[in-house]
Amino acid sequence: MDGNLNALTTIFTEFYYWVTVVFMFMIHVGFCLYEVSASRHKNHMHTLMKNVMIIPLVTITFFLFGWWIYWTFPNFPLFGTLDLDAGQNNLPWSETMGPNLNDHITGVFWAAFLLFSWTAASIVSGSVIERIRSSAFWIHAILIGSVFWVIDAAWGWHYAGWMVRELGYHDAYASGVIHAIAGGYALGVLTVLGPRIGKFDSNGVARIIPPHNPWLLAVGIFMIYTGFWGFYAACNVPIISPALIDGQITGATWTATNIYLTPTTLSAITFNFLMSLSGGLMAAYIVSKGDAFWTFSGGLAGIITASAGNDLYHPIQALLIGAVGVICAYKLHYYVERKFKIDDAVGAVAVHGYAGVVGLIISGFVLWGVPSSPFEGYAVINPIGQLLGALIMFGLLGFLPAYLVTRVQSSLGILRIPETIELKGLDFVENQSRELAEEHLVAIEKERSVRDQTQS
Amino acid sequence: MSTIGYQQWAVDLAQVTSIYPFQGSEIVMTIIGVVFWLGWHKVQFNQENQQMNGASEVENTPSDTS
Repeated sequence: MDGNLNALTTIFTEFYYWVTVVFMFMIHVGFCLYEVSASRHKNHMHTLMKNVMIIPLVTITFFLFGWWIYWTFPNFPLFGTLDLDAGQNNLPWSETMGPNLNDHITGVFWAAFLLFSWTAASIVSGSVIERIRSSAFWIHAILIGSVFWVIDAAWGWHYAGWMVRELGYHDAYASGVIHAIAGGYALGVLTVLGPRIGKFDSNGVARIIPPHNPWLLAVGIFMIYTGFWGFYAACNVPIISPALIDGQITGATWTATNIYLTPTTLSAITFNFLMSLSGGLMAAYIVSKGDAFWTFSGGLAGIITASAGNDLYHPIQALLIGAVGVICAYKLHYYVERKFKIDDAVGAVAVHGYAGVVGLIISGFVLWGVPSSPFEGYAVINPIGQLLGALIMFGLLGFLPAYLVTRVQSSLGILRIPETIELKGLDFVENQSRELAEEHLVAIEKERSVRDQTQS
Repeated sequence: MSTIGYQQWAVDLAQVTSIYPFQGSEIVMTIIGVVFWLGWHKVQFNQENQQMNGASEVENTPSDTS
């Protein structure tokens, strides 16, 4: 770090990403609360454990190979080979992947991406509660968190990714690269996994299994909102000079940029974060007739829908786009549930998947012709590019691999818990001694009560 | 002797890079990390099987009415 300005910029950037990581931890806490609240009492601890263990498993695998994938895959396999030179510094045995006084950025930048990985896995986690084996789910957590979302990020969320260059793909705050892929992935798993026992009656009509604790669910989603602020900030480069970008931007005015190194400001994304949250809440309240579960989730879906273009939208545009996304997601959720008997316990496919896809498509029209990159030779943002991007995220990298892996797990008999255990509750499996002891105490109490009544 | 390669901080920090112990054994440490990760899955899978089987047996055993 030669020179005071360079040192200050470096340390500021290091601290900036570090703060975003701490904020984003709130997303995972929120998902845990939300998921446990949506589960029934007999499955609480198992549901919590399933989500908590995402943290270490995705972390270790993201260290071992996820981070390397991001830097190595931007043009592989359609538009070039693996970029092994870029990947070299991000292998687990690279000297920059540890305490190194000449590198203040890799660790915090790695962590910011890692927290996105946790989020991707956690989105899938909620939809499959109360019937999937933990061991089966954790394989999926690693695949979505350390493989497939990272490939899509290399392709479409990297300043040199082929989707940005060839399609003009633009997804500044991850409508597609986190949410559409995670929603598609969840749908792929659910298609094979099947519904919870009792979700559909003998005529195939869906029953409502309400969240056991709406208050805790509300706290959970508010924490997700809070963490989402950190997520938005983490998607930006906080400060960079045109000379360092080395693209077509002229002059010497330093700026914040999105991940594609095109200019935006924290102020812009703060406007749009809040306005799309508001649009989502308002639309969800109306479309669900004031249902608390959908209204809270609708706020999140509103942000997700507008996220693709929230670096550039006017706040009123963000508000309306958020509202439209929520209406589409809500309607699609119940259509798919009725038509295909999909039991998505927390509405994750709708809130993340459908809202993300709708957001990408809308952004293709609203941002039509806007440069996708500061570099020469890149396609401009356009509806076809965004539609293809949505299909790649939701279908090719989300639904398809999830469906195939889940089919293999199902054929091996390692996907779903036995029916008797599902009825009894997963907590019984993992805490049998306690459960049996409680049953024994209840029996003794009953016996004593009967004896007392007889004696009196 | 120092495991990080520096016995005192009387150095120009511009010349200092890695400061973790046992530099040069990064690949070995990575292999250990991979073994730890995959081993965890194997142990967890076996434990889960035992718990599932145990719970099913308890569930299917007639209760003691004595």
